[in-house]
Amino acid sequence: MEYFLELFLGGMTRGSIYALIALGYTMVYGIIGLINFAHGEIYMIGAFTALITASVLTIFGLNPFAILVLAGLAAVVYSSAYGFTIEKVAYKPLRNAPRLSPLISAIGMSIFLQNYVLLAQTSDFMPFPNLIPEFAFMEPWAHIIGSSEIVILAVTAVAMVLLTLLIKFTRIGKAMRATAQDRKMAMLVGVNINRVISVTFIIGSSLAAIGGLLIASHIGQINFYIGFIAGIKAFTAAVLGGIGSIPGAVLGSFVLGWTESFATGYISSDYEDVFAFSLLVLILIFRPAGILGRSESKKV
Amino acid sequence: MLDLVNIQTYYGNIQALKNISIHIDEGEIVTLIGANGAGKTTTLMSISGIVPPKSGTITFLGEPIHDLNAEQIVARGISQVPEGRHIFPYLTVMENLDMGAFLRTDKRNIRADLEMIFEMFPILSDRRHQEGGTLSGGEQQMLAISRALMARPRLLLLDEPSLGLAPLIIKKIFIIIKEINRTRNTTIFLVEQNANLALHVADRGYVMENGSITMEDTAAALLVNEDVKRSYLGI
Repeated sequence: MEYFLELFLGGMTRGSIYALIALGYTMVYGIIGLINFAHGEIYMIGAFTALITASVLTIFGLNPFAILVLAGLAAVVYSSAYGFTIEKVAYKPLRNAPRLSPLISAIGMSIFLQNYVLLAQTSDFMPFPNLIPEFAFMEPWAHIIGSSEIVILAVTAVAMVLLTLLIKFTRIGKAMRATAQDRKMAMLVGVNINRVISVTFIIGSSLAAIGGLLIASHIGQINFYIGFIAGIKAFTAAVLGGIGSIPGAVLGSFVLGWTESFATGYISSDYEDVFAFSLLVLILIFRPAGILGRSESKKV
Repeated sequence: MLDLVNIQTYYGNIQALKNISIHIDEGEIVTLIGANGAGKTTTLMSISGIVPPKSGTITFLGEPIHDLNAEQIVARGISQVPEGRHIFPYLTVMENLDMGAFLRTDKRNIRADLEMIFEMFPILSDRRHQEGGTLSGGEQQMLAISRALMARPRLLLLDEPSLGLAPLIIKKIFIIIKEINRTRNTTIFLVEQNANLALHVADRGYVMENGSITMEDTAAALLVNEDVKRSYLGI
């Protein structure tokens, strides 16, 4: 039972990180109908920004918690700037082009950013300082769940609640939903579409950067390639839950995290990806729009 | 109030509007009639800035608006009810109405306008927490018109408000259109395929064919015009 609980919480932690990334995929898809393949790289850049900031701040001898917050802020700002710029440079000029063009542009952007970080930071794994101290009150449960996992779960939960409130109740949130549902009509009531799209990229990138920081601190090392793998997994989670749906992305991420965690724990870590992608295939066969996806009926 | 002078609009290489000139005075109901594909919807989309014209000028209240984007044009006081209603399907009726007032900040007046709309269409009040996509066609048309009114427009553009509705509902919608024009002093530019209906509510009318204006007269005169009768009234 304890082993089960450990795997359950481990899967949830994994799922949280996937969710932070998957939200960016699903929100961008919802608004402009594009799979932003460069999104994983935003997450990777967030992790690197956090590493550089943390290294500098450690020299000044700040305490780990302050470093965590400041590194997180730096990662969010830097990644948002990247997300914003990528949209302006690689997607906006192609907004009225056939759907395949921005997709190829996105793949190009992803390869470009990976190689740019590869050249700047080499391909070696870099040690990432553990910024989340072991909490004393966690001692009795330390064999089931670690302190950094608790922090990951808590931060993700807070991020989800804030995002939900933003989308449900704020002016920009309503504008985002309206744009996702009917872009031309949103323009006709006076929504500035460019601003909505930019905000979407900024929010998605911020969440990915937070994910990058948390997982880097949890695992303890990063390199230029982490964005690709995490990006593919999070994308899978978004499709699993129903791409375009925000609760779907979160649910899909947890389902994927648990599947991987239990497969690793009860069978073998070699089969982790086999189970994850078999699940994807199964769900797409029986629910092509994903778990919470709306099957689109195109009206003529 | 609104002046279109020699407007030419293209979709890629295809010219949809060929030298269109239209004039609308404050307080009027002006209709634009014509067959499918004549360019009526494009005319409205050009006014609203969704498909900006390639050449020509559009002046609204004495100021050029053809270089403005859609957001600025709404802010100037032109709202559109597009063809097919375009209700935000997963927003509630209330949220759809809120979206209509998107650019407004005068909270108190927004509330007063809401009251006025619920008085005009009590059914929308009953369904205020329902998603827009679950409404019937007639209710959606009422919501679409109400959403446009929430912007407090000086000029209301209506694209085929009768499309796909039952005759009784159409009658009701057109009574409301007249009422909006009269009691709120909102100028109305009405695009319709149903020429008979449109010419009965309008003061003046334009006839459009293949992207050009072919006739322009008072609605009463167009109703008895032999060409209009033959081509659009089916008499």
